[in-house]
Amino acid sequence: MTAPTLERLKERLARAGNDVSTAHGMPVIAFPAAALLGIVQELRTEFEFDLFLDVTAVDWPGQAPRFEVVYHFYSTKHFGRVRLKTRVSEQDPTVDSLVSLYGSAGFMERECHDMYGIAFRGNPDLRPLLLYEGFVGHPLRKDYPKEREQPLVPYRK
Amino acid sequence: MTKPNLENTFPNPVRSAFETTPRDDTVIVNIGPSHPATHGTVQIIAELDGEKVLRTDVHCGYLHRGFEKECESHTWANLIPYVDRLNYVSALINDFAYCEAVEKLMGIEITPRCRYLRTLLSEYSRIVDHLTCIAAGLMELGAMTAFLYLVMVRDYMYEHLADLTGARVTYSYGRIGGLARDLPDGWLTRLAGILDKYEVFVARVHGLMDRNRIFIDRMRNVGVISTADAVNWGYTGPILRSTGAPRDLRRDTPYLAYADLDFAIPVGINGDNYDRYYVRMCEMDESAHMIRQLMDSLPAGPINVEDRRCVLPEKKLVYTEIESLINHFKLVMDGPQVPAGDVYSAHESPNGELGFYIVSTGEGIPYKVHARAPSFVHMGGVHRMLDGYQLADIVPTFGSVNMIGGECDR
Amino acid sequence: MSSRTIPIRPETSRSGAFEYLTTKKDELVGWARKFSLFPYPFVTACCAMEFMAVSSSPYDTDRFGAALPRFSPRQADLLMVVGTVTHKQAPVLLKVYEQMCEPKWVMAFGVCATSGGFYQNYATLLGIDKIIPVDIYVPGCPPRPEMVIDGIMRLQDMIARAKHPILTRDF
Repeated sequence: MTAPTLERLKERLARAGNDVSTAHGMPVIAFPAAALLGIVQELRTEFEFDLFLDVTAVDWPGQAPRFEVVYHFYSTKHFGRVRLKTRVSEQDPTVDSLVSLYGSAGFMERECHDMYGIAFRGNPDLRPLLLYEGFVGHPLRKDYPKEREQPLVPYRK
Repeated sequence: MTKPNLENTFPNPVRSAFETTPRDDTVIVNIGPSHPATHGTVQIIAELDGEKVLRTDVHCGYLHRGFEKECESHTWANLIPYVDRLNYVSALINDFAYCEAVEKLMGIEITPRCRYLRTLLSEYSRIVDHLTCIAAGLMELGAMTAFLYLVMVRDYMYEHLADLTGARVTYSYGRIGGLARDLPDGWLTRLAGILDKYEVFVARVHGLMDRNRIFIDRMRNVGVISTADAVNWGYTGPILRSTGAPRDLRRDTPYLAYADLDFAIPVGINGDNYDRYYVRMCEMDESAHMIRQLMDSLPAGPINVEDRRCVLPEKKLVYTEIESLINHFKLVMDGPQVPAGDVYSAHESPNGELGFYIVSTGEGIPYKVHARAPSFVHMGGVHRMLDGYQLADIVPTFGSVNMIGGECDR
Repeated sequence: MSSRTIPIRPETSRSGAFEYLTTKKDELVGWARKFSLFPYPFVTACCAMEFMAVSSSPYDTDRFGAALPRFSPRQADLLMVVGTVTHKQAPVLLKVYEQMCEPKWVMAFGVCATSGGFYQNYATLLGIDKIIPVDIYVPGCPPRPEMVIDGIMRLQDMIARAKHPILTRDF
């Protein structure tokens, strides 16, 4: 991303509660969870970030709020990338869903919900995608032991 | 006689999006997950009106092997075999994309020879992936001859890569800071021979398929997607290029040695199955062209960067010096200490943008590794290419999307 | 036959001629069955690449009679489980196995089908023999085509040496 656009990002989005910085060459915007839809709308219309790459979460069990939800966007017009980060707590791990803006958000949010338990408000379909019906728990959380299996079929003797 | 209740013996691992149909004359059919044409394990629940597909519900996840959870309990270097098995048809590209992400976090710049070799092997893997995709797709249409031709060439490439790395399919060849070993003698000569054979075989497949009436009838205007739709649903790679948009990370945001190479970006016209087939065929030719350029301009020098933080010291030093011994021990037992931070690094894999988002807390074991797999994102939008077409079109459309289970489900 | 279905035959007081006929019958039926295996390729993961390679030239399972895949379990007799089976996939595997008719054999192709491979975690079924009986295990990640052919040949030996009751329990 060329420097003037980074400056523009800073001047448009570095409002109260938002923090715009760079990490290894990529601009990173950190903001409170409630501001998500507004910022993504602006990135889409003003800054032409038309390809939604990825949403995932990082579990910081010692910290509060516990989960950090991370988004990545790419622009097929100016080939820039940007990362968005927000925090949600363990008691209410809810963020707004981006399905109204990007179709690809559907599956990716389902995966994030499966793995971490992040609820996406507005996503009509949060059925288990990588896991299966009847799986209890969210495996990528740090307190889920790696070896705890939940078999669907009883084992042979 | 009452029907036996089989729900307890065979529990259903998924819940369909639609159980009943609003119309009386439509049928819900389950395709997969154990099905020859679903490339492994994908389940498509389709509502059919005769032969026409009204809507589909795609279920992946049958190959979810817990890659990201495994990543949190192995050292950075031990993850390379796991990363290989994401897109297992072009395993080297996954290796190099992951290693580059870790190298970015560590602030390492690889040697020129390593850069060129990684580019050469990435293009080689791209040819292998496209060969497999096209071969499987054509076999599902019934063209066994084309399948056998392409798999024959692929087999030459597998044996050739086994000469270099020791394995045919999943290589574990990339290392953080370089590669596992340098090229053996005669490898490049054999590579030139294989590229010549590749051209002969691919010319035959062109002759069999390109103007084949049956092939055109089955693939033209089937599975059409527009550029705007493709970008909205997250498509990258050959599928986006088949819609007409010349977007390629190797040209747009060059990495490795792509900035030094001369290559074209093939694009399609309609965004249908035929375009995806043809774009892949052309991309293979471009890759062969790039490999030839790289073979001619391969710089000499060391493969691994001289960085004791991640590269194992030479064996004879390990056996004679105490510092190298301890260095080796620490690297193997604790793993390379990667500085804290997070990075996202993406390569152009044969399916699209393959990205790794890694989070480190300064230890030899990752805190989090997330693979942004193109196949997974494409599965989210594949229903746009399936709905409205015939039941028999599901097979070639799905084949042209090239869903790789290891990557999709991780 | 898989070890689940052959009971140990008790001593009988049949004549030597009858035993001779049974042995010859077993040899004939064993020969026919071993050279006409219809595999059901239950393909999931990376081993599929080696499965494709072993089915085409230059390795070619057709030489052993085991090339023609039947994608309906009712028509197949060799269940080749190729690749990792996860817990989500396990009911599907069990259903396919139960739908196959006797005689049937199971090949665990690759280490993931044998023991879970290096995916020892919550998602993977640690070896398909936890839910279905396996006749031959072919290790490798993925196994070289020569190893797969070795596995098929060993399975063919097992079939040739086994007893094949076709009319009654004893004959």
